[in-house]
Amino acid sequence: MAKAHVYKRDHINTDEIIPARFLNTDDEQELAKHCLEDLDANFVKKVKPGDVIVVVGDDFGCGSSREHAVWALRGAKVSAVVAGSFARIFYRNAINCGFPLVELPNAGKDINDGDDITIDLTGGILTNKTQGKTLSFTPMPDFAMEIIREGGLLNHIAKKK
Amino acid sequence: MSMTITEKIFAVHCGKSQVKPGELVNARLDLIMCHDVTTPPAISMLAEKGLERVFDPEKVVVTPDHFQPPKDIKSAQLHKRLDAWCKKHKIKHYYPIGKAGVCHALLPEQGHIRPGDMIIGGDSHTCTYGSLGAFSTGVGSTDLAAGLATGELWFRVPESMKFVLNGKLPHGVYSKDVMLEIIRIIGTDGARYKAMEFVGPALKDMSAEARMTMTNMAIEAGGKNGIMAVDEVTRAYVDKRIKGNKDYPVYTSDADATYESTYEIDCAKLEPLVAFPHLPSNGKRISEAAGLAMDQAYIGSCTNGRIEDYRIVAAMMKGRKVAIRTLIVPATPTVWRQAMDEGLFDIFYDAGCVISAPTCGACLGGFMGVLADGEKCISSTNRNFVGRMGHPRSEVYLASPATAAASAIEGKLADPRKYLN
Repeated sequence: MAKAHVYKRDHINTDEIIPARFLNTDDEQELAKHCLEDLDANFVKKVKPGDVIVVVGDDFGCGSSREHAVWALRGAKVSAVVAGSFARIFYRNAINCGFPLVELPNAGKDINDGDDITIDLTGGILTNKTQGKTLSFTPMPDFAMEIIREGGLLNHIAKKK
Repeated sequence: MSMTITEKIFAVHCGKSQVKPGELVNARLDLIMCHDVTTPPAISMLAEKGLERVFDPEKVVVTPDHFQPPKDIKSAQLHKRLDAWCKKHKIKHYYPIGKAGVCHALLPEQGHIRPGDMIIGGDSHTCTYGSLGAFSTGVGSTDLAAGLATGELWFRVPESMKFVLNGKLPHGVYSKDVMLEIIRIIGTDGARYKAMEFVGPALKDMSAEARMTMTNMAIEAGGKNGIMAVDEVTRAYVDKRIKGNKDYPVYTSDADATYESTYEIDCAKLEPLVAFPHLPSNGKRISEAAGLAMDQAYIGSCTNGRIEDYRIVAAMMKGRKVAIRTLIVPATPTVWRQAMDEGLFDIFYDAGCVISAPTCGACLGGFMGVLADGEKCISSTNRNFVGRMGHPRSEVYLASPATAAASAIEGKLADPRKYLN
């Protein structure tokens, strides 16, 4: 089961997702130990593989261009982030790493912390099994989905080569 | 059809006569900026995917700056990987320790930025270079890797927003204050995915360095790039520095180009601003903010760590003492040397400041002045997010170097105008 971890905040920035004091390494497992540390010190203790972060708010991932933010989330085995909107560089980094994002404004009224959810990325359907609700969203653009399916931009380039 | 400067640069670099906002394009890159935090992982990724190559070793500029000099063993390992890669690929423009500086101050200063160029860098403040008429944007490590290997990158052509800077800046009010005002008005995502184009008489009056402070902070409004048309100030700055021919293209936005929105700022009405924790958009006028006690002042960074900044600060500190710990962090070795030669270091030393080697240092909470639990810092830097300069319960207040200097002297947020002649 994929549990939703709900945060109600705008502008959750990359300094909160992975603070710069941990940027002296690019080891994904090291970074994962500090994922979201300055936002929720308990996050790494409660997250389980496949869980989803649901942000009720806009501009997730603003600030520094550090891709370490995506790696920390991926290293913590988060399967996707749902938010009202995403900051530009974070959005690109996620696509380039093959990490799925879902743009869904007002997710707060239909998803509570701890709900069991599944996401159909291509179909644009988020199912909240706990509440028996289905929510639709606009899937990421085709070229982004293609990069995500190939496991990231560099695989995409290596394949074209 | 008419285009903005940003659209014209995109059109040229993807081989089209016309591009429209929203269009996805593959653009040819003229320059890639690399530093010690985001480049080592890019290098590793390329090796892992069997793509280990550099499209053009002359079009890559490398300077370690974030943890420069290395602050611990792990960061030293990053520097070692970066150094080995530069040597292996014969990177022409490599600035190792001694030459290294804060990237966004160093690249323009050393003549790497040409108007009309298409530039990416593995750092969000790469948008700085737009003040010299180039398209320039920050990317993550994978984009950086893709750019390094292929010399091109995918982009979505951004919509443009126009900011008209009217009037004349009052004494004691600087480009930093103008930018904090713009971010206060539109918010930290007000320009998300967009190009921020700056025009107007108050811009004309600004030096090339002052303009860099503005485009530097385009990212703090969520912008993809900041851009300014080339004028005589740009030419004077660029022509003195760039190598090779000075025959760079100069693009201007067409009179009937499309802007998603236009904002008019009356600069004559501005006063010094301080952005309160924890967003750059939390600007308050110094008249409302003055008096709040600070623990530290930090004057440096890619936003405001240039020679003009230190001249202003030195003029204010001359014959005075600072009341709180104050860090002076010149952004590049050239700035450092100039400040020393001009006697500014004597003033800083006598005032009780500490002078650091060029580094990004504590701006991002790396080292050289990180904050303890509950401490407050007045800073000439660009971000005041939770934990940005240290402890998650520390606080950063963003302002111009002048406001930071006045606050250093008084030990509390203070109006710089009383210390300026």
